Amino acid sequence: MPLKARDYKSGIKPIWCPGCGHYSVLNAITKAMAAREVASHNTAIVSGIGCSSRLPAYVSSYGFHGVHGRALPLAAGLKVARPDLEVVAVGGDGDGFSIGGNHFLHACRRNVNIVYIAMDNEVYGMTKGQASPTSPESWLDGKLTPHGTEMRAFQPCAIALASGAGFIARGYSGDPNGLAQLIFEAMAFPGFAFIHVLSQCVTFVPEQTAWKQRVHPVEGTPATAAEAAALIHADDGFGKGILYRNPRPVWPRMHPQAGGGEDPRAGFAL
Amino acid sequence: MTTLTLAISGSGGAGAISTGELLLRLFAEVGGYGMLKKTFSPQIRGGESAAILRLGDAPVSTIPATIDLLVALDWQNFARFADEVPISASTLVLHTGTDVPPPGVTPDNLLTVDAPGIAAAADSGWLNMVFFGMLASGLGCTCAAAETLLRARLEKHDDAVLDAACRALQAGFAQALPDPLRELLATLPVPAATAPGQPQRWLASGNQMAALGALEAGVRFVAAYPITPASDLLEWLAHHIDHYGGHLVQAEDELAAINMVIGAGFGGVPAMTATSGPGMALMSEAMGLAVASETAAVVVDVMRGGPSTGIPTKSEQSDLNLALYGMHGDAPHIVLAAQSIADCHFTAAWAVHLATRLQTLVIVLSDQSLGQSIQVIDAPGSDCPRAAVNSSQEAEPYLRYRDTDSGVSPLALPGEPGHMYTADGLEHGENAIPSPRARDHRMQLDKRWRKLADWDFGGHWAELVGQVDQRPVILCMGSVTATALEAQAAMAAAGREVAVLSLRLLAPLPTKQLATLLASGTRLLVVEHNHGAQLWHYLRSLLPQLAFESLALPGPAAIQPRDIYTALEAANAT
Ligand SMILES: Cc1ncc(C[n+]2csc(CCOP(=O)(O)OP(=O)(O)O)c2C)c(N)n1
Ligand code: SF4
Ligand SMILES: [Mg+2]
Repeated sequence: MPLKARDYKSGIKPIWCPGCGHYSVLNAITKAMAAREVASHNTAIVSGIGCSSRLPAYVSSYGFHGVHGRALPLAAGLKVARPDLEVVAVGGDGDGFSIGGNHFLHACRRNVNIVYIAMDNEVYGMTKGQASPTSPESWLDGKLTPHGTEMRAFQPCAIALASGAGFIARGYSGDPNGLAQLIFEAMAFPGFAFIHVLSQCVTFVPEQTAWKQRVHPVEGTPATAAEAAALIHADDGFGKGILYRNPRPVWPRMHPQAGGGEDPRAGFAL
Repeated sequence: MTTLTLAISGSGGAGAISTGELLLRLFAEVGGYGMLKKTFSPQIRGGESAAILRLGDAPVSTIPATIDLLVALDWQNFARFADEVPISASTLVLHTGTDVPPPGVTPDNLLTVDAPGIAAAADSGWLNMVFFGMLASGLGCTCAAAETLLRARLEKHDDAVLDAACRALQAGFAQALPDPLRELLATLPVPAATAPGQPQRWLASGNQMAALGALEAGVRFVAAYPITPASDLLEWLAHHIDHYGGHLVQAEDELAAINMVIGAGFGGVPAMTATSGPGMALMSEAMGLAVASETAAVVVDVMRGGPSTGIPTKSEQSDLNLALYGMHGDAPHIVLAAQSIADCHFTAAWAVHLATRLQTLVIVLSDQSLGQSIQVIDAPGSDCPRAAVNSSQEAEPYLRYRDTDSGVSPLALPGEPGHMYTADGLEHGENAIPSPRARDHRMQLDKRWRKLADWDFGGHWAELVGQVDQRPVILCMGSVTATALEAQAAMAAAGREVAVLSLRLLAPLPTKQLATLLASGTRLLVVEHNHGAQLWHYLRSLLPQLAFESLALPGPAAIQPRDIYTALEAANAT
């Protein structure tokens, strides 16, 4: 009998606030796993630190809750070492774009075949309400930035595109079915697949409940970087859907056979 | 034992290091022994470099402070490493005469060899090969053997380049040697070919041996970020890991590298990284994650002069404190030190075994001197320790962090049905579910400590040479070991017996064994290559009942045997 989405839940009760967007992301992940009929023991969900990064324990699969900002390298190491596994990295905007920002760039470039779901609430939820890289410049409630961030907000999808990601999508926590579909597609994509999820923090940015009115589907799925760039830059940041899909060779490009080539011992002998 | 120490120096691109490497290999191939230390300036091009070689008719493991022969391919920037190539009254110095020694360098025995002219007459510009030819002939090697080596080394070059180099070599070989040079080289007997049945001899560096040991123990995943003096370890791995069906990732930084290693380790694939002090400092947070999540990870630190960028190309042993204490929280882990170039193989393999067997972080301390010097060694056996990824097959309920007697919990690997869990750096209960409860924290801290404290590390924790009973003991680690052994031999020749104890297992420190072993020693001199006496402080803190004395000298100059016996004599007089 095929498993249902709820069979992919671990049964551990999330620590999240009622109404937190991350619940919907959890639901969407388990729905996508059910739809793909993945064997949960062949799946590993890897995260960093943050409210969003607590997600792996809530899924019935293998998981790794690591340190802040390093989910992507940990996931890449796992996938390269164990290509038989389905590896999904998850985390927040602070985790992925601030402390882990460098890894984000290089994960897009390297193109290891993993899915990366960034739950963006434009705030550091776990540390109770500081500005994140994606906080709007004008946001005055950040606890360390009473005058606003006075910095441009980070553009995850544009940066993913510029860094070489082959699959870029945006989802919304208020639309878990649409998000589940994107995750399904991302898992099927050969290569690094990035999903930017607008996932509201009801506690520290309650005004995000108004995102409901702002999100809108994007038209078409660009298959060239130029079209994708035009779409991403013209969009207001609330366009849902696949923003770019264009597979390229995944890393590593070859899996060497043990025993091939010269025996390294021979090179030392006198 | 008869030995000859020579240095070949020159500005970057002059070929000093490659001339030295060729000479050592040539001499080793006919049955000789030797060792070569490289010294570089930090410049990439145009910087000076020198190869300091000691050739011998028996195994050689140190480079003495005084040199018998200096071949100065040129004198540019020589002053910058004159400290490391000290010219004494007895040193024979060869130069080309096209430039002059810098002020302050006034060799008594200076000979001019018109190497540029000899090369030009052979229609070649390879003046370093002229010297190679002369040295090869003086050491009693054949020109054909030298040429074979040279051709192998230059195989990537086109024929015209190769032929020009060989012509210079032949011209140098055909030269009548100036008497002082001929006489000096003749003091070293032409080595006898190794008898059949002798162990196979290799020419290798410590970095290569650490890399090979790790692979032979089962490492199949490496992630790292380049840093001197660990880069050549990584470069060797990059070219050889394919043979084992593994992967090496050049990571974007050390933060990524160590987390990639932890990811692979979580997947059940033995994994390692190699770095030096600054890189290991960056890895500190995630090393704590390996400890807390009980994930196997091996970090090789090839130490250089610090802190900060310090003296990146020169040896020091000043990362001991970082290796022992450099983690936040209570994070028991294993710290090993390699003892010699050959031992880098065993110690790296042992690290892989312990990391996987005990599901923890193992730091291997090597140093630039061990890592980058090359030496004629007996081939290490391939019967080294192996990775021991022990996947759980235990009864339900499966508890990833079960509080077992040994402290080692059953490890399920992704892909095993029924045993799914989330590895966590958050404190957790036995069931891997995050828990801030005092009970769980205490239980897991105890468990992670107990699995190391109660482990039987067997006899590999140290190597003792000589007898402790009523004798002074020199305690050391890493590249200082060879120096200590030489001091020991010199003192024995003068009728004084001392023991040398080189520590391989630094953490958890085998305090019981040490206390028992050292109780009957008359003096306990801790010799280390750093300024802060880090090893001495550490031993004193855990063995307060023992009266350790300290000889701690920072790099870049190597500690010399005479430093050690002077320290033993001096304090003895008081
Ligand atoms: C090295 C380190 N620095 C800082 C922290 C504190 N910290 C924990 S979570 C977090 C921010 C999380 O924000 P985000 O990734 O956006 O996740 P959210 O809680 O919003 O889902 C910070 C700064 C930490 N755990 N580790
Ligand atoms: S603080 Fe915000 S992000 Fe964290 S659980 Fe609550 S609502 Fe979600
Ligand atoms: Mg956030």
